[in-house]
Amino acid sequence: MTGLGMMGARILPATVVGLILLFLAFPILVVIVVSFSSATYLTFPPPAFGLKWYDAYFGSADWLRPTWLSIWVAAAVVVVATLLGTLAALGIARLPRAARVVVAGLVLSPLIVPGIVVAIGIYYAFARYGLVGSPVGLIIAHTCLAVPFVVTSVSASLAGIDPRLEQAALSLGATPRATFFQVTLPLIRPGVLVGALFAFITSFDELVVALFISGSGAVTLPRRMWDDLRFQIDPTIAAVSTLTIVLTVALMWGAHLLRKHAERQVTKQA
Amino acid sequence: MNGAARGASVSLADLEKRYDRTNAVDGVSLDIRSGEFLTLLGPSGSGKTTTLMMIAGFETPSAGDIAIDGTSVVAMPPYRRNIGMVFQNYALFPHLTVEDNIGFPLKQRGVPKAERTKLVAEALELVQLPGYGGRYPRQLSGGQQQRVALARAIVFKPRLLLMDEPLGALDKQLRENLQLEMRRLHADLGITFIYVTHDQEEALTMSDRIAVMNDGKVAQVGRPEDLYDRPCNRFVAGFIGESNFLPAVVRDLEDDVVVAECEGVMVRALCPTLRPASGSKVTLTTRPERLRFADAWNGNAPQNRMSVTVTEAVFAGERCRYLLRATDGTSIVLKEPSSAAIRRRQVGDQAEIAWSVADTILV
Repeated sequence: MTGLGMMGARILPATVVGLILLFLAFPILVVIVVSFSSATYLTFPPPAFGLKWYDAYFGSADWLRPTWLSIWVAAAVVVVATLLGTLAALGIARLPRAARVVVAGLVLSPLIVPGIVVAIGIYYAFARYGLVGSPVGLIIAHTCLAVPFVVTSVSASLAGIDPRLEQAALSLGATPRATFFQVTLPLIRPGVLVGALFAFITSFDELVVALFISGSGAVTLPRRMWDDLRFQIDPTIAAVSTLTIVLTVALMWGAHLLRKHAERQVTKQA
Repeated sequence: MNGAARGASVSLADLEKRYDRTNAVDGVSLDIRSGEFLTLLGPSGSGKTTTLMMIAGFETPSAGDIAIDGTSVVAMPPYRRNIGMVFQNYALFPHLTVEDNIGFPLKQRGVPKAERTKLVAEALELVQLPGYGGRYPRQLSGGQQQRVALARAIVFKPRLLLMDEPLGALDKQLRENLQLEMRRLHADLGITFIYVTHDQEEALTMSDRIAVMNDGKVAQVGRPEDLYDRPCNRFVAGFIGESNFLPAVVRDLEDDVVVAECEGVMVRALCPTLRPASGSKVTLTTRPERLRFADAWNGNAPQNRMSVTVTEAVFAGERCRYLLRATDGTSIVLKEPSSAAIRRRQVGDQAEIAWSVADTILV
């Protein structure tokens, strides 16, 4: 093959992949660029750049209140979902095979059932107990949605642990409780943390359930953005979106680092 | 160290473990003496590991009893049994340093930090890894990891150490070094070792006594030389070392010697366990290296003799290995130490072989 041909063989796939990536990332890039616009309406490309819309966001209680609510709800969801999800994963791992499939299926069902169906169900159930329009309702609903992510992540960690490590701990005189806290938990910790990050993102990003149950008393950030888009459009939404993207990317990066760390720890040297 | 009184005695009584319809362990009774190095030897699926797991407390017996120093431990959880255990894949805690791995059992027993550091250093010394405390298991070679696992299993001074194929994953050279080291540790510590392996050479080299297991049962228990010289059944004769099996018919019994007709000649054999009736069909066993061509005995050829034809001759350096055919067609293997002074047989040669009555066992 000639040098030119070889270069062609490399450049062509690289170009195709590059275009696909650009296609995927383009809307996000547009949003980020627009958020720095100086115009008073959404236009691309922007006539000039400035931090006007970030000022608008940080200066508006209408935006900050939902932001804080979303953060608090997501934080509470992280605590509850991580606890429940980790315990569920530990329990599922100890079930007999047949029961494991059934229970794991039930726990993961919020991922399988369409979001709108879950949202309607939650709305009717919560309306009866006065949980619509309350942060507690949101926390409960988002926990249901987040638990499957924690269970999946922790189960994957558990599956990678040699069962003989727990036997070794017991043989060395560790009680089952000490074995859990000194051996099992440290080994699944990366999985637990990744699950916690996903729980946070799940709650922080969640719109469909929030549309139904946040009412007027518990407006989350995605809900506020939705309302904004419906009633008025100005580049504040782009600034908010950009901040949300930055936060999510940071969390995903954190999850990635944890995974890599965990892999390094488990990999045995020959 | 004062070894004599430190090892625990272990007594297994009619031990059984059933899974669904199969009996993994099917009525094992064994008395392991204080300070003994006992090996459970058998092929995979013979129940040796299951037996060990029941002693450790990770499996519950379906029937029977396990007593350590005369006290039943069947109802005792593994973390109260105070038994050291070494696993085949080392089972070192990957998130802890070597020092914390070895200190783990001490920490569980509430040993203060300063004392712990001292004991860990001693244990590392004992397994010849001083200065390795700060490393992580993944930074060690397989042999080093196994030494750390050994140190961790003995640092809390258990009176009984269980080992489940601890050298299975290591190469031959390293395995032989560690075998010697374990013998030395056993002698130094004076504690009871129960060792599981499927490697008969390892069992013969290391053990005080070997319990050969087959199909969930103990086929024979004894010192290595007893098992090799006096196998009491066909399984043991075939599993430990190489054996020739000769079909024969009993013609006469004299004290503990049986006279049997075998390949058209009369052969004398020891029958340590069986008392067969005259006329019954039996199997005689001999070791290939205990057979000689009759002329190699220099006129002192022992009683048992047989005419054979050489069907295969292989020169293997330190010895020659011959495949022979007896008059009735039975194949016999003979191993002869090689020497330039000995005439090597050719395929098709007719010859007479001779061997001692003491090396002929009825199984």
